[in-house]
Amino acid sequence: MGNQDAPAKAGTIRHFRIWRGDESGGELTDYQVEVNEGEVVLDVIHRLQATQAPDLACRWNCKAGKCGSCSMEINGMPRLGCMTRMSTFDENETVTITPLRTFPIIRDLVTDVSFNYEKARETPAFAPPPDLAPGEYRMQQVDVERSQEFRKCIECFLCQNTCHVVRDHEENKPAFSGPRFFIRAAELDMHPLDTRTDRKEYAQASQGLGYCNITKCCTEVCPEHIKITDNAIIPMKERVVDRRYDPLVWLGSRIFRRGQDGAGQSPRDPDQLGVAHSHAGASHEPGAETDAERGLHWGRQVPQPQAPAVDSRGRLPISEFAFDRPAAPSPFGDDVTFPMPAKDLNYAHPEQQD
Amino acid sequence: MTTRIERHHYDVVVIGAGGAGLRAAIEARLAGKRTAIISKSLFGKAHTVMAEGGAAAAMGNVNPRDNWQVHFRDTMRGGKFLNNYRMAELHAKEAPQRIWELETYGALFDRTKDGKISQRNFGGHEYPRLAHVGDRTGLELIRTLQQKIVSLQQEDKKQHGDYEARIKVFAETTITDLLLDGDRIAGAFGYYRESGEFVLFEAPAVVLATGGVGRSYKVTSNSWEYTGDGHALALRAGATLINMEFLQFHPTGMVWPPSVKGILVTESVRGDGGVLRNSEGKRFMFDYVPDVFRKQYAETEEEADRWYTDPDNNRRPPELLPRDEVARAINAEVKAGRGSPAGGVYLDVASRLSAEEIKRRLPSMYHQFKELADVDITKQPMEVGPTCHYVMGGVEVDPDTTAAAGHVQGLFAAGEVSGGMHGSNRLGGNSLSDLLVFGKRAGEHAAAYADSVGRRPKVSTADVEAAVERALAPLERKGGESPYRLQQDLQTVMGDLVGIIRRRSELEDALVRLAELRDRVNRVSVTGGRRYNPGWHLALDLRNMLLVSECTARAALEREESRGGHTREDFPTMSPKWRTVNLVCSLDGEKVRLEHKPLPKMRPELMMLFDRAELAKYLTDEELAEFDALTAEAHAEEAAK
Repeated sequence: MGNQDAPAKAGTIRHFRIWRGDESGGELTDYQVEVNEGEVVLDVIHRLQATQAPDLACRWNCKAGKCGSCSMEINGMPRLGCMTRMSTFDENETVTITPLRTFPIIRDLVTDVSFNYEKARETPAFAPPPDLAPGEYRMQQVDVERSQEFRKCIECFLCQNTCHVVRDHEENKPAFSGPRFFIRAAELDMHPLDTRTDRKEYAQASQGLGYCNITKCCTEVCPEHIKITDNAIIPMKERVVDRRYDPLVWLGSRIFRRGQDGAGQSPRDPDQLGVAHSHAGASHEPGAETDAERGLHWGRQVPQPQAPAVDSRGRLPISEFAFDRPAAPSPFGDDVTFPMPAKDLNYAHPEQQD
Repeated sequence: MTTRIERHHYDVVVIGAGGAGLRAAIEARLAGKRTAIISKSLFGKAHTVMAEGGAAAAMGNVNPRDNWQVHFRDTMRGGKFLNNYRMAELHAKEAPQRIWELETYGALFDRTKDGKISQRNFGGHEYPRLAHVGDRTGLELIRTLQQKIVSLQQEDKKQHGDYEARIKVFAETTITDLLLDGDRIAGAFGYYRESGEFVLFEAPAVVLATGGVGRSYKVTSNSWEYTGDGHALALRAGATLINMEFLQFHPTGMVWPPSVKGILVTESVRGDGGVLRNSEGKRFMFDYVPDVFRKQYAETEEEADRWYTDPDNNRRPPELLPRDEVARAINAEVKAGRGSPAGGVYLDVASRLSAEEIKRRLPSMYHQFKELADVDITKQPMEVGPTCHYVMGGVEVDPDTTAAAGHVQGLFAAGEVSGGMHGSNRLGGNSLSDLLVFGKRAGEHAAAYADSVGRRPKVSTADVEAAVERALAPLERKGGESPYRLQQDLQTVMGDLVGIIRRRSELEDALVRLAELRDRVNRVSVTGGRRYNPGWHLALDLRNMLLVSECTARAALEREESRGGHTREDFPTMSPKWRTVNLVCSLDGEKVRLEHKPLPKMRPELMMLFDRAELAKYLTDEELAEFDALTAEAHAEEAAK
């Protein structure tokens, strides 16, 4: 005990390549920098700032894996700089640090992550029960734990960065909220006292949940080890599928009239952004068109068209004066348009078999 | 030149986006005011996320005997009676309501069996009192407030078609100057970190919620943002600071490896058998037991070791002395040249308990060090030393309105940047509740003030031009020193000379060196451009760090006693005379002026919550005589009934 255990502190010189530049372009710059035992990548960046590169831009705050600021790509892996120990690299390994690829560059390692804040704003907030005063909330620990897992999120946006739906696919950004906001939707869906009942439908219709094809990359990079795919996305997808495609649910919606079950809200309530907004049974799935061109196998389940739009009494309106749109409602429900999209026909062209 | 500066008009500008700032902004917006939130980092990254323990509020969910009076008493005791009693009173009374409110914003605290918010025990709190979410309560608080702001923006979008119609977050924006119209706040000037472009906010009311000052210290648990911006802005605007000599240091922060420098090692490591050794392998704490504690602490290693299994028949090991004693001992060993290579001492639990035992008793410590630093605490000792954690001092405020004292109007302060609430020492858990209670009050009163001003104060062009010039100076100067070097030197001065244990000679030395540093900081120069240039940002922050450090050093030199977060080796005891005094800093030109100001006197009914034996430790003879008169009066009244 004592001196003999004191770590040897002679630093070694290591090779770093760090992307320097701004939105107009940039390049990897080579640095030879001293690395001491026990340091993390962020320590090395700080040393560079203090010595060779005082204007090297990099975000950081807590340096303890709690704030999610120092997100970067280290040897191609999305990681937190403060949680990546230098001892995880080989002695002679070059460490390459680049900014998050999914977001626009501001300067060096700093990217414009405002995409995430916009998506946060589009996600409907917690809807508190109107009849409970502060202090009257009662919940059981087992019931809050499911949401608490998602509330561990430190918003490092590594999951957003790694998600291949938006990584290199700028065009998907408007329609896709990303894993961070799927867990936010799941968190509120599982919140014992949240009064909104359409979190899943909303995720499907407006957050682009359908784009996700469960490659679990988000879960892999999560520094908080949140099981994003298994515990949030898959349950949300399954339950959405239940409601949309389950024949019993479909039959029920025919009998009880759409929008009158459960929540008791009028189907035209603008807040009710659930399945009512999907048109023609066509999904917002990416690649729907290509799928359709390729032809589809028989016997797969297609989304069932929904019941016609009804008024607040659950009946077809008699005249357009009493209804919320011009002309008479379609007897097939206004989620069906004609001609039907090819994708929704169970027809496989004989020449185009996979 | 000023024509090109982006201008915004708001009713209330909140500087700081931690717990206090967000809570203030919510309240100002709920009062119908157009509100701006200025955040030095991204929205939601504030230092509040580091708070682990919980938020103290006497809800009585776990022990129904808890109530605001008990919480008030604990807070005053913790602060060694130097607290502003009215702040402690408001805090204890309003904390439960503020916590419950968070649930309506969507917070999910851990629950009791009957479904209420669970509360945990914590040092200094008589009953289990801390509402918590595992060990990430601060994160829950920030996220909840952040999401509440988003929900308010969604309401505004519905009503006005614009998310930012009434509340806007300016992320990665630093304020460098407050602008005045006479004595009234007229606005705030700063820059966007991302682009380096300047921005001017015109507003009659400003709420400071900028947190603490820890970055002026070598070893700190604080993030880079903690550069005392709010403290310095307030001083320069004509407000006053109190209690700046009181800083909370934790005796066992990691000093090595660098990746975990400053991170706290919980006290339970020592409670479970961890011992402190110097570089010679000696268990030195036995040499540092003060006389007053001699009877309760073991004198031999054998006896101390028996205590862990048989506490009834043996005395406690000296490693478990109060925090300041342990810190003092570590400090003395390091100064005597018996410290570890990184300037700490060894905290050894590996040779004392089996690996399984350590993992079972200290799971979060084991995982934290394994993951962040690859240190296996079951195999090797930790290198620890005192780490700067929290500043009790701050802007002197009116307890009810949080309006800054001094000769400025329209300035409010809440959270760590305000002073008085915690006296000389803050209890764990009281910071999260503090920022909710006073954050709300700050927002409410800033909004009311904005309503009450008739003609809006005007920003003068000359002030803006001066602010621009000051901000650009480090970029335009050539050949000066690097800001990183200067920060390092400042940290060395503060860490070595105005650290946890202070002496007259060292404090005087510190003031000389700070004056030298001031000259060097005035000549600092940076390379690179204005776009996201951390060197430039640091150069601008240095001005604030230096000013606030000087306040701390001056107040520490003046206060000739030891109390809470201020330990003078040459005046090792508490003095009742000094308890009646607050040291108030103000700015006179470029010079820091220090004044004595009497502490506000506690109301009789609050005084009567304590018993005489306890008060006798803190109060002067005259004050005790007054207390006796009060008790006699109360007895007489009772007898008359």
